[in-house]
Amino acid sequence: MQTGLEPGPRPPSSKPIAPRADAAAWPVRIANVSRAYTAQDGGSGGSVQALAGISLQAGAEELLAVVGPSGCGKTTLLELICGLQRPDTGTIECEAAALMPQRDLLLPWLSALDNAALALRIAHMPRARARACAAAVFDELGLTGFERARPYELSGGMRQRVAFVRTLLSGKRLLCLDEPFGALDAITRAEMHAWLGEALEREPRTVVLVTHDVEEAIMLADRVVVLSPRPGRVVAELDVDLARPRSRTDADVVALREQALIALATATAAPTLEQVR
Amino acid sequence: MSAAKRGIGGPSREHIGAVLAPLVLVAALVGAWELYVQLGGVDRFVLPAPHEVAAALWNNAGYIAANLKPTAEEVLLGIVLALLVGFGLAVAVHLSPLLRRAVYPLAVGSQAVPVAVIAVLLIFWWGFGILPKLVVITLICFFPVLVTTVDGLAGVDPDELKLLRTLDASRWQAFRFAELPAALPAAISGARIALTVAVIGAYIAESQTATTGPYGGLGHEINADLTALQTPRAYAAALVLFGFAIGCFYALGLVERRLAPWAYRSKRAAR
Repeated sequence: MQTGLEPGPRPPSSKPIAPRADAAAWPVRIANVSRAYTAQDGGSGGSVQALAGISLQAGAEELLAVVGPSGCGKTTLLELICGLQRPDTGTIECEAAALMPQRDLLLPWLSALDNAALALRIAHMPRARARACAAAVFDELGLTGFERARPYELSGGMRQRVAFVRTLLSGKRLLCLDEPFGALDAITRAEMHAWLGEALEREPRTVVLVTHDVEEAIMLADRVVVLSPRPGRVVAELDVDLARPRSRTDADVVALREQALIALATATAAPTLEQVR
Repeated sequence: MSAAKRGIGGPSREHIGAVLAPLVLVAALVGAWELYVQLGGVDRFVLPAPHEVAAALWNNAGYIAANLKPTAEEVLLGIVLALLVGFGLAVAVHLSPLLRRAVYPLAVGSQAVPVAVIAVLLIFWWGFGILPKLVVITLICFFPVLVTTVDGLAGVDPDELKLLRTLDASRWQAFRFAELPAALPAAISGARIALTVAVIGAYIAESQTATTGPYGGLGHEINADLTALQTPRAYAAALVLFGFAIGCFYALGLVERRLAPWAYRSKRAAR
């Protein structure tokens, strides 16, 4: 457990990183950040506090999972990291980040390959070269044969894979994944977990993964941060120092999941008691 | 994929119904019309019987075809112009809220101006050729394209634009990669409305701006035939316009399938 006001936490234990300047070692540094939405954004009078004094860090090439109940400001957190919003108070120092949104948002008028190559095209790479680059990643990550498919011809899992490749090809070293597997069935989700693990092994990146699924967080992450219900605060931080690939039924995984669930339950119960008084 | 597979087993009952339904409706309407005239419900100069119209069409096929040519040119060129103007204005209005405030009321108002008011001016400027007619058709037809395209451009998923921003897309790139293709099906829907209006627009144009030469178009012919009490031939010409509009409408459907196959696919999937 960590209050966030402490200076630098120790680097993730699962992936030792070479000694570097502090800024390089911590691509994401969020200190004491709050963010509220005013009523005109859809609240019913007054403002809605999405995040209240949140502090967290992610180390280089670390996979940090942020878990919390629905509506605890997880998406807001990612949009802050990606620079799509500004915090009301607090400081955010992040590398340039690429966002993989909750819905895949593949453009229906482009093929899978062109969707994946979108960032390259935006960076003014000629179409043929952008396609060649994307095709190479398709090969590497087992998507060969789907290059020409339109998004509506792809299954949910495939669409998420293409969306991930698009995020990867943005060339940014920090990826923000917003509930990437939330809409998938359990079997596909398990496949995607394995696939993402392999993909990141081949193409190491710093990842901030937001999810409401505690098990998913434990299966994928190097470190898990648990948020309270709105307004989101960090209520627990767990190191997941386990070898990959992990099994859902592994005793250590189960123990960590319980730990995270208890933290969530405690955080969820507290405001209710306050309301009663 | 699955939809294509289902179609392999030969014409289904649904398919036959789709072809038969309009034919049965047309047969019933024509039958009722014939009966009405035969029973003496109306003077032949006011409403000719279908078989008289058919005969007029058969006997004047060459004349009517010669008049269809200029009308078809007007409609097709007019619709292209209306698309360019409507789409161009829509993009301009979409990119500049100030321009939207300035242009939109004028565009709406332009639809209320009777063509007769400006017809003389158009002839004064451009004479008796095709140009004044194209201007009239464009004026009538750009509006549905403008309205649907503006809605299409505004209807882009805001999350898609947000995503493009995280990929460092410029305003122009967001327009090119997301807004423009998203608006294309809407623009084509507008063009479909515009096309049906364009046919009646061509009639108005031919009626209002005079033409020199023997074949002034079907609208011109209809007016002349009605005055000369050649009612069956006027009906025959109207029938050709009728068929021409339907043909153009479905041809545009084929264009949509080529230009925006994703929209065609998702529409079918939604059924």
